[in-house]
Amino acid sequence: MNKTIDRRTLLKASGALIVAFSLPLDRTTAKKANSTVSADRVDGFLAIAPDGAVTVYSGKVDLGTGVQTALAQIVAEELDVPLGSVTIIQGDTALTPDQGVTSGSFSIQNGGMQLRRAAATARQALLRSAARRLQCEISTLTMRNGMIAAASGEHLSIGSLAEAASLALEIEDTAPEKPPAEYTLVGKPVRRLDIPGKVHARFTFMQDFDLPGMLHGRVVRPSGFGAELISYDPSSIANIPGIVQVVRIKNFLGIVAQSEWSAIRAAQQLKVTWSNWQGLPEQSKLWEHVRSTPVVRDDVTSRIGSSRTALEAAPRKLQASYDFAIHTHGSIGPSCAVARFGHGKLTCWTASQATHSLRKQLAATLSVADEDVRCIYVEGAGCYGRNGHEDAASDAALLARAVGKPVRVQWMRANEHGWDPKGPPTLVDLRAGIDAQHDVVAWESELFVPDGAAGMVALTGADLAGLDSLGTLNPGGVLNDLAIPYAIPNLTTTAHRLGSTPLRPAWIRSPGRLQNTFANESFLDEIAASLSVDPLDIRLRYLTDARGKELLERLARLSNWRKRPMPDRNSDVSIGRGLAYVKYELVRTYVGVVAEVEVNRKTGVLAAKRFYVAHDCGQIINPDGLRNQIEGCILQTVSRTLKEEVTFDRSMVTSLDWASYPILTFPETPEVVIDLIDRPQEVPWGGGEPTCAVVPSAIAGAVFEATGVRVRSVPFTPAKMLAALRAT
Amino acid sequence: MATTSLNVNGRTVSVTIDDPDIPLLYVLRNELGLHGPRFGCGLGQCGACTVHVDGTAVRSCVTPLSSVSGRVVTLEGLGTEVKPHPLQTAFVEEQAVQCGYCINGMIMQSADLLARRPKPSEQQVKTALANNLCRCGTHLRIVRAVMRAAASS
Repeated sequence: MNKTIDRRTLLKASGALIVAFSLPLDRTTAKKANSTVSADRVDGFLAIAPDGAVTVYSGKVDLGTGVQTALAQIVAEELDVPLGSVTIIQGDTALTPDQGVTSGSFSIQNGGMQLRRAAATARQALLRSAARRLQCEISTLTMRNGMIAAASGEHLSIGSLAEAASLALEIEDTAPEKPPAEYTLVGKPVRRLDIPGKVHARFTFMQDFDLPGMLHGRVVRPSGFGAELISYDPSSIANIPGIVQVVRIKNFLGIVAQSEWSAIRAAQQLKVTWSNWQGLPEQSKLWEHVRSTPVVRDDVTSRIGSSRTALEAAPRKLQASYDFAIHTHGSIGPSCAVARFGHGKLTCWTASQATHSLRKQLAATLSVADEDVRCIYVEGAGCYGRNGHEDAASDAALLARAVGKPVRVQWMRANEHGWDPKGPPTLVDLRAGIDAQHDVVAWESELFVPDGAAGMVALTGADLAGLDSLGTLNPGGVLNDLAIPYAIPNLTTTAHRLGSTPLRPAWIRSPGRLQNTFANESFLDEIAASLSVDPLDIRLRYLTDARGKELLERLARLSNWRKRPMPDRNSDVSIGRGLAYVKYELVRTYVGVVAEVEVNRKTGVLAAKRFYVAHDCGQIINPDGLRNQIEGCILQTVSRTLKEEVTFDRSMVTSLDWASYPILTFPETPEVVIDLIDRPQEVPWGGGEPTCAVVPSAIAGAVFEATGVRVRSVPFTPAKMLAALRAT
Repeated sequence: MATTSLNVNGRTVSVTIDDPDIPLLYVLRNELGLHGPRFGCGLGQCGACTVHVDGTAVRSCVTPLSSVSGRVVTLEGLGTEVKPHPLQTAFVEEQAVQCGYCINGMIMQSADLLARRPKPSEQQVKTALANNLCRCGTHLRIVRAVMRAAASS
């Protein structure tokens, strides 16, 4: 294909504004003001131009959550500049400090607080400089709207001071931060900076990113995860114009073409013979497979008293097992990356949530020094964890090196559904002992999850090519919230770490916390029911945390919990309510939810009708952004809980599109009612994940109230529901 | 190679193509630089690629260029920041975006609905958007934005 029309002409004609294509490249210019990427220094994070424009260099990136607006609010607040004067550069290994992976609801809690301290230190430097220039005491100066004023009325702009008040400083943890009572931006529902561009099609997503002379790549993946490439027939795509090269490196196969459509056609049409690999377990025996996978290590995540003795002595014992299916991230935009390789150096534009570690991985794959790789973040479609973006980056790097020109790799839908790393299958066994006084005296849990934590997940392209990418088994921080927030005198929580899992694992939103909280909160409900105690009351009885109790009382009021009508469990359609609570990782954000669920006994269909949420993440930076995240947590987790399950045969994932991996649709969405508990004097914690954790067990509790049936296997499909109903 | 002409956002343009069955999506994105329509699935399942052909929402990822004879409108042509479509205003007002990748489809599909049914019920909005997927869970805000746009016009 030839580009026969000037795209700018057309864009002008349709009235659109053009800011797009060169934006991420222009970041080199911004670097001039920024001489370090140290996370210990003010100038690692901040630059102030003579005109007062503030540039923030953030290692934490916006994954579609809107967090960049919150980060801008934090900096603008601390520096007393208008929000509009703040620009954020994100996740560029040449420009931004390494603040770790953007994950786990830590962008504000950790990343934002690093920025706040950097800005507070900068503020003091600016004030010191102004005091010298204006010959007065710092304490007499005021800062407002980018200006520093003396009592005399004399004033200076911070831009005019920035050079003299060099920001080449160590960040002072003790630099005074603005008192929350004086906040004008933090805590306000400031509108997101990116939304106008997104509704007017002038936002450059990773998938839109373009370089001059860029070619289009597509990957051709094996027919099975372990299949070997036997042969391919280039003549099978001879009729397709513009094919630049078919690139094969061992089992890595890709096509580079002049046009995107030619690359797509060729990838579909290329005749390839793969070996017949059938190394996956039978899906119908997945849980037997998990139980029989060799355990490499046991991690005891909490131990109090002697649960074994107490359990043996208890007159009444309960036990149950909970399982949680394999899930895919399901980004609406499949993974994409652009790479340019020349003179031994790689530049990669990527939507990776961890550009600094991706840089190391790509350097290892290409056998070059870390310094010879630059990864530049460009926001993609929401990713919800470690999805395929890093793998697409490795695909693009291999193809770009092979052809010596910039290559864009866009995964197709089946690449994404088939090859992004998955949330691993998770199994939890629980046991409890109850004494003669109806007290819970023992709690034991055994979790079966892959070994490893959050680290570098092997890059698929490199793996197929037989190249190193520093990958290890890394399912995410899946041990979190296996320990419980309830004061039970004897307890042991143990994770059996498995040496392998059927599909390459990684973290998906609220990894481990979601599965463990589902099991723990569901089991607590089972205990409550066996004692004829209300789900709210049993939580209040065993909680010792005053902030958690306050949250639950607010949730009870919000949802009118104590006066809820009891369903007729014999009617065809009945509504039940369930309640769940989490203190995230036992150290931060508190969330309680009540779910209202309608169960159709004839069809087995569960409909989530309404959620009430009480949420306490300490100081709220942007209440509307937080609500948006909470709503997203609820809806996405309803989808995961009711519908989602990756399917596979002995070779490959078989749920390769949205028909075979359905997610929540508009007619299925519940109402969400939120009570935000703002604590401006407290530190801010995260809000992008914690609400997810309480959704499945709240639904399970609601199903029990509606039907008397316990659902212990996510997803709660109509088939499972009907089977459970028939068994009663 | 063949040159074919197309009416996009009120303007007639010509594109040179080597395959008449190329999906409209790639012509709009790569030949004409229009990034409103997005690649999501290539299967007509998610709606991210939605554009209007003669006022009707279609999935451009499964619409062969050879089948397009009408007027094509993309998100860029629906409204501008100077003169926004009521839906674009409402999506900003309601902050009805998380990652925003699906938003093109949400706005284009809703614009089709509002053109046919200016005052839909909430249920009708949900039904109209039943085949548009959002993974972030922005559905509630999107419905509120469509209702707001309907109320404003």
